[in-house]
Amino acid sequence: MNTSAVAGAVAVLAADGDDGFFIQVWDILREYWPWLLKGVGVTMLLALTGTIVGIGIGLAIGAIRTIPRDAHSGGLFRRIVLTLVNALLAIYIEVFRGTPMMVQAMVVYFGLDMAFGISLNVLHAGLLVVSINTGAYMAEIVRGGIQAVDPGQTEAAKAVGMSHWATMRSVVLPQTIRNILPATGNEFVINIKDTSVLMVIGTAELYFQGKTIAGISYETFPVYMLIAAIYLVLTFTTTRVLRLLERKLDGPENFTLATSSTTPESILRPGGETLAGRSR
Amino acid sequence: MPAGHASDPQELSADTPAKMHDAEAAAGRSGSDAPAGGGPIVETKDLRKCFGKNEILKGIDFEVLPGEVVSVIGASGSGKSTFLRCINLLEWPTSGQVLYHGQNVLEAGYDVNRYRIHLGMVFQQFNLFNNLNVLQNCVIGQVRAAGVSKAEAKDRAVEYLSKVGMEPYVEAKPRQLSGGQKQRVAIARALSMQPEALLFDEPTSALDPEMVGEVLSVIGELAESGLTMVIVTHEMAFARDVSDRVVFVDDGVIAEQGPPAELFENPQLPRTREFLTRFHAG
Repeated sequence: MNTSAVAGAVAVLAADGDDGFFIQVWDILREYWPWLLKGVGVTMLLALTGTIVGIGIGLAIGAIRTIPRDAHSGGLFRRIVLTLVNALLAIYIEVFRGTPMMVQAMVVYFGLDMAFGISLNVLHAGLLVVSINTGAYMAEIVRGGIQAVDPGQTEAAKAVGMSHWATMRSVVLPQTIRNILPATGNEFVINIKDTSVLMVIGTAELYFQGKTIAGISYETFPVYMLIAAIYLVLTFTTTRVLRLLERKLDGPENFTLATSSTTPESILRPGGETLAGRSR
Repeated sequence: MPAGHASDPQELSADTPAKMHDAEAAAGRSGSDAPAGGGPIVETKDLRKCFGKNEILKGIDFEVLPGEVVSVIGASGSGKSTFLRCINLLEWPTSGQVLYHGQNVLEAGYDVNRYRIHLGMVFQQFNLFNNLNVLQNCVIGQVRAAGVSKAEAKDRAVEYLSKVGMEPYVEAKPRQLSGGQKQRVAIARALSMQPEALLFDEPTSALDPEMVGEVLSVIGELAESGLTMVIVTHEMAFARDVSDRVVFVDDGVIAEQGPPAELFENPQLPRTREFLTRFHAG
């Protein structure tokens, strides 16, 4: 936006007449709210689906990449297959982290049609692109999350005879999920905003709806201010909800002592039935 | 299997029949030709372990008989922890053999996870599963590794937790417990798997001094109950009290071993004498 446009906009903002800025915004809201609502719905669907599927892809890749590959943990064939799979996963991650999602959207949407005759509708193409794109990022985030889990946890699981998959499922990945939650929230917020690039293939997310409304109404500045405000509300709400989720996953600070006739009195702490948590 | 398991009807006797059953089943599964009741549970032959160019274990021949309590002592860096970790394959030996009822567990295709179920392990750093509460810690291995039903696993877990005095804490998460409490839960977790033998890797070394006693008394009770144990420890007085045999590891080999009275009162090698003297002085 150039300087004169900004100056003009500020003038409009300051004007307190019938054509005032807030009146304009209100008019747009009143007239186009179903479009905007649809945009919000599609954007949140894309961001939420992309993040959840991305977490799934990331955790799966994390579990696959940690399969032991030493000489004593399987035959040669198994090791070759694992090495190959790991190489393919590395390529996937590099390609999808190393190219813009806007380009990926074009390649997937038009490429699938031209190469394989698969004609996706724009929403499905959008969901696919944002999911595999997020998956590539999540794979790296999960890798860090797994590394942050104390190796003693894996050793203890091995020592009771648990397999790699049982260890991952019951011990390592649950702790990984807690570890990656802040970074995952970040991905979610980024997805809410960055799915706007999917308008290049015509996915009717919030930015695309805004562009359309601006084109019809010629009220460019109020429309985009409104769109910006809606994005901000979405991202802010999301971060708050995720913070609550984090706290919930940490569990209660206190626990209740089970009462039992076999418990020696000496083991119960004096002064009550509950013990405060020690960690924080 | 040995009669020693049932020596004390008050302590840990309930698990004995199941344990014997497990052991026989395991022997059958692995195609072992070890005669029931005889022979060592675990045996190592010329066990060697290198980390890079560093040879930590330089050929260890060792066996633990059913019902036996063996303490492994030695200076820091002598390889005693590595040795213990090689027994249940947390470290993979560079060469040599680890025999479980006569069957070499290092052979390709041997079910290592099955083998580990029969050997409990208690770690220096406790290593309780941080995402699970006390009860779940004792249940998860039984369900996920040994295929025990959830209800039975829970009963067993509560039984062993009450044996170590941690039953009231079933709902607590590991971070809410003291070191001594964590280690007692870790012992209950290992016992819940109803192993044939229990391995202890310096179980009191990470504890505050006032918590060492509660853990040692639990281990002492287990020793009296006839459970087979291999204990790597720096607690010399404890080793003398509970062990049937003490093994002194020095520079990657077993330098000397014998009944605690002999080894502590009348060590044969100058190296052993030096170690024990230094220990008393320190």
